[in-house]
Amino acid sequence: MMPEQINGNEPLLRVSGLNVHFGIGAAAVRAIADVGFTVRKGERVGIVGESGCGKTVTGLALMGLLPRHTTHVTGQMLMDGRNLLELGPRAMQRVRGRQIAMIFQEPMNALDPVFTIGEQISETLRAHFRIGRAEARDRAVAALEAVGIPLPARRYSEYPHQLSGGMRQRAMIAIALACEPRLLIADEPTTALDVTIQAQIIDLLLELSSRTETALLFITHDLGVVASACTRLLTMYAGEIVEDADVDAALVAPRHPYTSGLLRSLPRLTPRKSRLPSIAGQVPSPAEMPEGCRFAPRCAHRGPLCANPVPLIDLGDRRVRCARHAELTLPGCAERRLA
Amino acid sequence: MTALLSWLRRDLRGAISLGFLAALTLLAVLAPLIAPYSPTAQSVAEMLAEPSGAHWLGTDDLGRDVLSRLLHAIGASLYASVLAVAVGAAIGIPIGFVSGFVGGWFDEAISRVIDTLLSFPGIVLAVGVTGALGIGLTNGMIAVGIVFSPTLARLARAQTLVIKHELYVDAARCFGASPWRIIRRHIMPNAIQPVIVQLTLLLAMGLLAEASLSFLGLGVQPPTPSWGAMLARAYSYMEIAPEQMYAPGLAILFTALAFNALGESLRIALDPTMRRR
Amino acid sequence: MMGKRVRLALRRAAQVIPVLILATLVVFLLLHLVPGDPAVTLAGENATEEHIAEIRHFYGFDQPLAVQYLHWLANAAQGDLSHSLISSESVRTSILQHFPATLLIVGLAMLLSIAVGVPLGILAATHQGGPIDTAVTSLASLGVALPNFWLAMILVGWFALQLNLLPATGAAALTEDPVSALRHAILPAVALSAGGIAEVVRQLRSALLEVLSSQFVRTLYAKGLPPRLILWKHVLRNVGVTLLTVLGILFNRLLGATVVVEAVFAIPGMGSLIVQAAIAKDFPVVQGVVFAMVLVVILTNLLIDVLYSMLDPRVSV
Repeated sequence: MMPEQINGNEPLLRVSGLNVHFGIGAAAVRAIADVGFTVRKGERVGIVGESGCGKTVTGLALMGLLPRHTTHVTGQMLMDGRNLLELGPRAMQRVRGRQIAMIFQEPMNALDPVFTIGEQISETLRAHFRIGRAEARDRAVAALEAVGIPLPARRYSEYPHQLSGGMRQRAMIAIALACEPRLLIADEPTTALDVTIQAQIIDLLLELSSRTETALLFITHDLGVVASACTRLLTMYAGEIVEDADVDAALVAPRHPYTSGLLRSLPRLTPRKSRLPSIAGQVPSPAEMPEGCRFAPRCAHRGPLCANPVPLIDLGDRRVRCARHAELTLPGCAERRLA
Repeated sequence: MTALLSWLRRDLRGAISLGFLAALTLLAVLAPLIAPYSPTAQSVAEMLAEPSGAHWLGTDDLGRDVLSRLLHAIGASLYASVLAVAVGAAIGIPIGFVSGFVGGWFDEAISRVIDTLLSFPGIVLAVGVTGALGIGLTNGMIAVGIVFSPTLARLARAQTLVIKHELYVDAARCFGASPWRIIRRHIMPNAIQPVIVQLTLLLAMGLLAEASLSFLGLGVQPPTPSWGAMLARAYSYMEIAPEQMYAPGLAILFTALAFNALGESLRIALDPTMRRR
Repeated sequence: MMGKRVRLALRRAAQVIPVLILATLVVFLLLHLVPGDPAVTLAGENATEEHIAEIRHFYGFDQPLAVQYLHWLANAAQGDLSHSLISSESVRTSILQHFPATLLIVGLAMLLSIAVGVPLGILAATHQGGPIDTAVTSLASLGVALPNFWLAMILVGWFALQLNLLPATGAAALTEDPVSALRHAILPAVALSAGGIAEVVRQLRSALLEVLSSQFVRTLYAKGLPPRLILWKHVLRNVGVTLLTVLGILFNRLLGATVVVEAVFAIPGMGSLIVQAAIAKDFPVVQGVVFAMVLVVILTNLLIDVLYSMLDPRVSV
């Protein structure tokens, strides 16, 4: 046993050296490269990046939900001293939903259309606890109430298509949190919803996570959500973590040009003369990764050093994958929004 | 040409079935030249002979050479399949396109008719229509074509509906293009791919329908050879010469398999979303 | 809730009426596809002018088509499907005599198709891309391309003539001699079910694959449900609707396919009836058989529709 674990400093989840390959043999491409981070109890971590950066793949890898025969996952995902990657299918099944839960982007497609909302919560409870139907039902109604669904006892016997988008996502959250997991992975939970509903769902997630001390892993491309909801920011680019920092520090003074670029492309409420800056180009596909720094082809600050691979450099209070991090002063948001 | 070659290299099943069908067509054309005997020459001395050097597949109950009849029957089978599908396409596709494009009550009415026709068990309707038109291969296949037509109409209609709502059709209408021009230039090329696949699959159904009708005596009339009719004769003498039923049956099976395999290959080749699988 | 479902069922039933009327129109017009004067065709060769005129009048061919149709429809509604031109027997009586044999082998073939097709379809879909899947789908391709009457002949050759296990031809009434009836029905049903199994496997497999790759199945895994529960509870329930639709298509197809298979086994069913009538140009019988068959199909589809609306909560009530 590691000494850290005994004195209670060991985080809830410690991911290290996580690699995900798609495809088999010579045709395999590495979609996730050497990803490592920790999540502490009750912590709220945001993973940001454009689509195709590997955020969702990371989330699915944590859940063990990547298709077994077409993907190859290596590395370590430590929880309670166990490497989740070494667990057998049955043991991992007991972790999913019970220890780590996940909610998805599209609440309509994420719920089984031919079973009632209530049944979909009860069956989860019954899969993880030795309880009878009646108790499962009571706890499911309670779960619906906890996520702010009005008339929970009635909603229990309704079908997903009878609920609005926001209500469906609340039901989805109720399913995910029914078994009181210690980590909730939320993959773009609000993208498919109306703007007004988005804020409600974020607030709900924050409230529930602080009440139950559930750690949150927010996967999003919306830095605004991260700014308002998270305590730590992980920026991913092309399958790698490029920056890992406290949200406040990262927003004011990002140390990686990609984080800075994402922050600057955020719309602000105060009127500006200049057009919204954006990052030119697009994320390279795993099959055609640049040799050196993966962001270099799109980076305004690239120099000769950037032709070599860059490690994730530990600066004590943050980590950053940029060869020029010491020389650059990068713009972030002027002030922490919504703080 | 190079595209064709690369397709053949990628898709062995498609290449084999296409090769088989090409060879079959060639055999049908060359049948009078390569068949060892006349398909109708009877020989009382050699009734129901077992396979031998002189008659590779033996002879039938009238002493006719089975191999020669088998070769001469290819033409009728291919003709029948193509005719049935052509009739089905000629009736079904225009109706489906127009119905889907015009919409409204017209479409509603056509759809009801299509639904109704699809409720008829295929061969039953084909037998009924053949009876009405008069027994014979061509009439039988026209009947089968009529039976095929609602399937094709429904498919064509569905394709038209999908593409009708695509943006560029609206754009073309804004420019004042006539409906016919929209159908010809925009709807046809895009909607046609699933229809081509369906036509190929129907060729197999047409072949099986021809064999069935000829077996029942409603298709090809004696003494003209046909695989289905050969099976009917073989069946009558099954206790004496059971091996007679294998060759025509296998001929039908392999040809139908080839049409189906070709259809599946076309489906994959024509559908960009299928390529990843 | 139940009241709404009943009302939905009634509305479905009402929607069937236009289809039914159209079907009668199609059946009626079948006879008028005949090129030339139907009376001349009916009278046969060497008929005298008076005889033709008599037939024309007897069948009402001298009246407008619409009147003829309404007349036929009114009779059909009362169960009168006219008389055979050959035996002058009532068409309804013939149909009632011949339908049971057909329904027996079609019913048996349906059971076989489901009993074999459903497990195979599940097996293929859950082993997608593997050798089991390849074997099952190849078998299904074979089943689609196999001429059922040829399979019937082979079955007769092997199991009836060589091994002497089952009767080669004929049928027996289920009500009089159930064992004999079933023994006679086994080979025809097996011959019919080859295509049926293939149909069930193909449709079920693709429906299962679609459901298995859907997002809600990923949620079910994310909840930590055991894979077996996911397959048997959620996936199959979602596929159940498709399966019902497949059963409708299957019934229609088997009812058609039975025509040829009945000929092989010399079964006195609807297939034999219509084939003999078609060859003899006995049009009232042809019309009657086609009408009876389409009626059964339409009613079966109605039943399936109603079941469907009860199974799928998304069907708007």
